[in-house]
Amino acid sequence: MSLSIWLGSLEQGLLWGAMVLGVYITFRVLDYPDLTVDGTFTLGAAITAHCILLGYSPWVALLVAVLCGGLAGMVTAFLHTGLRVAPLLSGILTMIALYSINLRIMGQANLSLLREQTIFTRVGEIALLEPWGPLLLALTVVVLVVGLLYLFLQTELGMSVRATGDNEQMIRSLGVNTGTMKLVGLAIGNALVALSGSLVAQYQGFADVGMGIGMIIAGLAAVIIGEALVGNQTLFRSLLAAIAGSIVYRAVIGLVLQLGMPATDLKLFTSLIVVIALAFPLVRQRLGFRSLRLRGEGVAETGKYTQDLPSRRD
Amino acid sequence: MLRLENIHKIFHPGGINEKVALKGINLFVRAGDVVTIIGSNGAGKSTLLNVIAGVYRVDGGKVILDGEDITHWPEHIRAARIGRVFQDPLQGTAASMTIEENLALALRRGRSRRLRPGITQAERQLFKERLALLGLGLENRLSTRVGLLSGGQRQALAVLMATIATPKILLLDEHTAALDPRTAATVMELTERIIARHRLTTLMVTHNLAQALHTGNRTIMMHEGRIILDLCGPERERTTVADLLRMFEQASGDAFTYDRALLSGS
Ligand SMILES: Nc1ncnc2c1ncn2[C@@H]1O[C@H](COP(=O)(O)OP(=O)(O)OP(=O)(O)O)[C@@H](O)[C@H]1O
Ligand SMILES: [Mg+2]
Repeated sequence: MSLSIWLGSLEQGLLWGAMVLGVYITFRVLDYPDLTVDGTFTLGAAITAHCILLGYSPWVALLVAVLCGGLAGMVTAFLHTGLRVAPLLSGILTMIALYSINLRIMGQANLSLLREQTIFTRVGEIALLEPWGPLLLALTVVVLVVGLLYLFLQTELGMSVRATGDNEQMIRSLGVNTGTMKLVGLAIGNALVALSGSLVAQYQGFADVGMGIGMIIAGLAAVIIGEALVGNQTLFRSLLAAIAGSIVYRAVIGLVLQLGMPATDLKLFTSLIVVIALAFPLVRQRLGFRSLRLRGEGVAETGKYTQDLPSRRD
Repeated sequence: MLRLENIHKIFHPGGINEKVALKGINLFVRAGDVVTIIGSNGAGKSTLLNVIAGVYRVDGGKVILDGEDITHWPEHIRAARIGRVFQDPLQGTAASMTIEENLALALRRGRSRRLRPGITQAERQLFKERLALLGLGLENRLSTRVGLLSGGQRQALAVLMATIATPKILLLDEHTAALDPRTAATVMELTERIIARHRLTTLMVTHNLAQALHTGNRTIMMHEGRIILDLCGPERERTTVADLLRMFEQASGDAFTYDRALLSGS
């Protein structure tokens, strides 16, 4: 593979990395199987394209996209905590609704940004950085996001969000409103996904109403790859794993495309990666994803404790 | 301190699985009382604690804690005043978080969670001191994930977590039942020490009758959603495990289903 292809997958890995971080926050930290992601990714791209075409600065467009992504996450959280819709369904409902909303925002199925100023055309114009401009920009954004996330997850609020994903009963008994924590977690997760959608739209120079399809699975694949390679022993490692997983995933995709796999088969390929990973009990156990597994397995994993009261001694 | 007035709790009302778990519970607990609660499986002991903690809404009656009517408060609001330890060590701690993170979460029980640092250096010092009192060497493992600890260590940590922000009332639901006898004794001893140190008003469910009699200053027995026996003072002093078994038979007045071996507790 040539340098430009490696550079390309590195750039893409970083840009989609924000989305992987979002999936990591909802699926792993909050233990919430959030399917809003597919819709939010496109939402981020759609809003960004729309704003840029209206003449706003691409940075403003990015900010609006992030805020709206957060809002979409809150809608899912409200469906679940307010109206008591099951987690999977609440995500699906928002995702489907977003499909129509995204079309409305864009007005058509595809918006081109080719002749517009994006955050990438600007760095691309700096001759000194050639050809590293986009990579440096992507890296800066990702380092910033990972840093902020790392700090956030160690605040009182961030720790309560983590505890909600780990043990809801416990953290409620410690006086935390778990509904609010899910709202916060889903808002942040989806804000990150929309950020990624915005970055990708500006990078590719277009927004497409179908560009979010399969994002969750791509995100899961990246998280799984990352945790297998980098591990999740500490918080920082887990965040790093999400980014590393994203880069490796994009590189693999770039590679199989090079080897002649039709682009239309990519989603099948990605699904297979995830299925194979989940098929290994050991992998499955090590990597968590409690929300993806059957209930009984969680008990099997935690082992010792049984509800076998009569045989109990004290 | 705690007053329960005619508490009723019905699970699945009107359904085929309808179960009246609490049938008019009246209980007054004075500040500093340590009440042990005994009774057969399904008597409603856990339901009672859950009703006090706000996990379940009552279907009748009032819960009054320290002069405040908390009957309609949600669980996370009541939590500011209530410390809990569950039977299952896995239930009371967050496995993927470190010892110090768990303690920091517990230290903020009842306070709003903001964008402030989750743990401060001064708190780490406090955690070390408190953990040292457990005598399990956990004070040197502040950043170990709780999932790596044994059940006994986790339960000792859970007791510390329930009491590190002093609660108005401490609820213990068979918190040593899932541990091996030696660890159970250690955790029990630790619990008694903490209760005495902070003079905590406590309700403790146990299946160990001997323990029920020598821990605390009052013992109540539940059966089928009712309190059928309430012992304190000299009367309790004189009561033996055998007496308790007999009283249980008399008071409940129906087939004796309680496993004697289980109850003898020695
Ligand atoms: N969430 C629930 N839904 C339906 N029924 C319940 C629920 N919790 C408890 N029950 C029923 O209420 C009754 C009282 O249960 P509870 O758990 O309070 O008993 P217990 O005294 O704690 O018993 P044990 O000694 O076995 O822990 C039981 O018949 C139980 O089946
Ligand atoms: Mg019980």
